[in-house]
Amino acid sequence: MLELDEIQKRLLAEVADLHKVPEGAYNIRSNGGSVGRASTENIEIIPREDGQGLTVRIKAGTKNESVHIPVVMTKSGIKETVYNDFYIGEDADVTIVAGCGIDNCGTQDSQHDGIHRFFVEKGAKVKYVEKHYGSGNGAGKRILNPGTEVYQKEDSRVEMEMVQIKGVDDTNRTTKAELAAGAALVVRERLMTHNDQNAVSTYVVEMNGEGASADVVSRSVARDNSYQKFDAKLVGNAACSGHTECDSIIMDKGRILAVPGLEANDVDAALVHEAAIGKIAGDQIIKLMTLGLSEAEAEEQIINGFLK
Amino acid sequence: MLELKNVSFKVNEDGQDREIIGNITLKVPDGRLVVITGPNGGGKSTLARLIAGIAKPDSGSILLDDEDITDMSITERAKRGIAFAFQQPVRFKGIQVFDLIRLATGRDISMTDACQYLASVGLCARDYIDREVNSSLSGGELKRIEIATVLARGSKLSIFDEPEAGIDLWSFSNLIDVFEGMRRNIKGGSIIIISHQERILSIADEIIVIKNGAVADQGPKDKILPSLTGTADAVPECRMSGVRTGDDKC
Ligand SMILES: Nc1ncnc2c1ncn2[C@@H]1O[C@H](COP(=O)(O)OP(=O)(O)O)[C@@H](O)[C@H]1O
Ligand SMILES: [Mg+2]
Repeated sequence: MLELDEIQKRLLAEVADLHKVPEGAYNIRSNGGSVGRASTENIEIIPREDGQGLTVRIKAGTKNESVHIPVVMTKSGIKETVYNDFYIGEDADVTIVAGCGIDNCGTQDSQHDGIHRFFVEKGAKVKYVEKHYGSGNGAGKRILNPGTEVYQKEDSRVEMEMVQIKGVDDTNRTTKAELAAGAALVVRERLMTHNDQNAVSTYVVEMNGEGASADVVSRSVARDNSYQKFDAKLVGNAACSGHTECDSIIMDKGRILAVPGLEANDVDAALVHEAAIGKIAGDQIIKLMTLGLSEAEAEEQIINGFLK
Repeated sequence: MLELKNVSFKVNEDGQDREIIGNITLKVPDGRLVVITGPNGGGKSTLARLIAGIAKPDSGSILLDDEDITDMSITERAKRGIAFAFQQPVRFKGIQVFDLIRLATGRDISMTDACQYLASVGLCARDYIDREVNSSLSGGELKRIEIATVLARGSKLSIFDEPEAGIDLWSFSNLIDVFEGMRRNIKGGSIIIISHQERILSIADEIIVIKNGAVADQGPKDKILPSLTGTADAVPECRMSGVRTGDDKC
């Protein structure tokens, strides 16, 4: 059975809402190796030969099943790159929960680079949840560089929820997607950075078939001296519709760069980009203060709501 | 009891001071519903903001139950029992109607409790309770939610700034019911409503007319209302802006 200490259990709860061994297929990776794995009749998890990742095969028609593949790191100084490939069969409908929690109390940097590739067959539906979390007050940094590639066949639908609220010092996220006709991609990213943290998120979504659609929305808060860059590019190569939105709050000396990128290569491509960056509106704080909240409590409620 | 003593408030425009409120002295005794009316730009909202602590007077003092609250923050005043429904309610991305009502009560309330406040302002609670207080709400919906948050506070002194604005006729009579209900249960508290509506003026105990930043007239409803009837300070219901009554009788 699983051998996890309290810190590892806490990280698992943070990144995957896991308090016990999950139902369905799973692989739990801790400090560089797998500490628990299970496949099901419909979902097969196969470790790569070199131990640095997994191949996950989901049979066509699999419905309402889930895959959990959380990663936790509690030793200072680990640096790893892990490759996970997901093959999602036709008309399957599954939830994949990934996520990485790093607790670093040491002086050396801890780094996890997860490269995830999704091959989504016709008509399949995937909900993908990825949470990042860092803790520990060591001088060593907590670094996460997720790379995600999504290849969607006709009429497939992928919903991605990416959350990073606390404790990750450095992130460079790249997400690349290619959509065939009728395929839909929905991305909801929520990000908060503190202190001297750095977070860069780059998207390139190519819509290659008629009726493809992409909706990439980021909500973020940059506090203290942190820096964020949101660079979302949508490419319309057919009659398709795309929307990206970056909605951000800056506080203290936080900085945010939002880079809109729209490329329409077809007269029937309809692409929209929205970006808004600003501090918390003064009248929002005032309103909550008239309800009896202190200024700090008001700010907290506004940010909690914004990132909900 | 709320007391304003010689309260003045200036703003600076292009290097020049402009007086918005000039030396206002007034009392709102406990157990009274006071309606403040007067022309647009007269300083009514500014007066409400001064009472709530959103603006600070340049001179004079504000007392609540004989305690000087002039230098108190908005939060401290809220905790002492002042609630304020804004003329232009604020929108929040992400915060839900339930959150706002829960924060207003200051307790961990149930959905059912929260729904009652919405129901009393004529909103079907089920449809609104988990809506975000964002731009997807119409002006009238937002206004009613704002009123619900003040009801939820159950404060000693409740101030409503033009609560009827943007509200359709059906909910307007609902609104009157809400204020009449509040008036009945007023006990030791008091209510200030800023309004031009004849029907709201008609449920007042006292009326104060604010003009050019000063009290132009003040007294019991029966004394003040007749002189206002037919003027812009006491508009009949069927002439409410944006309201279509379907006939031109009035
Ligand atoms: N912060 C401010 N800066 C400049 N002018 C203001 C400010 N607040 C109020 N005013 C002005 O004060 C006057 C009174 O406004 P207000 O109190 O909103 O009146 P009312 O609510 O009676 O319509 C108006 O001329 C308005 O433009
Ligand atoms: Mg006003």
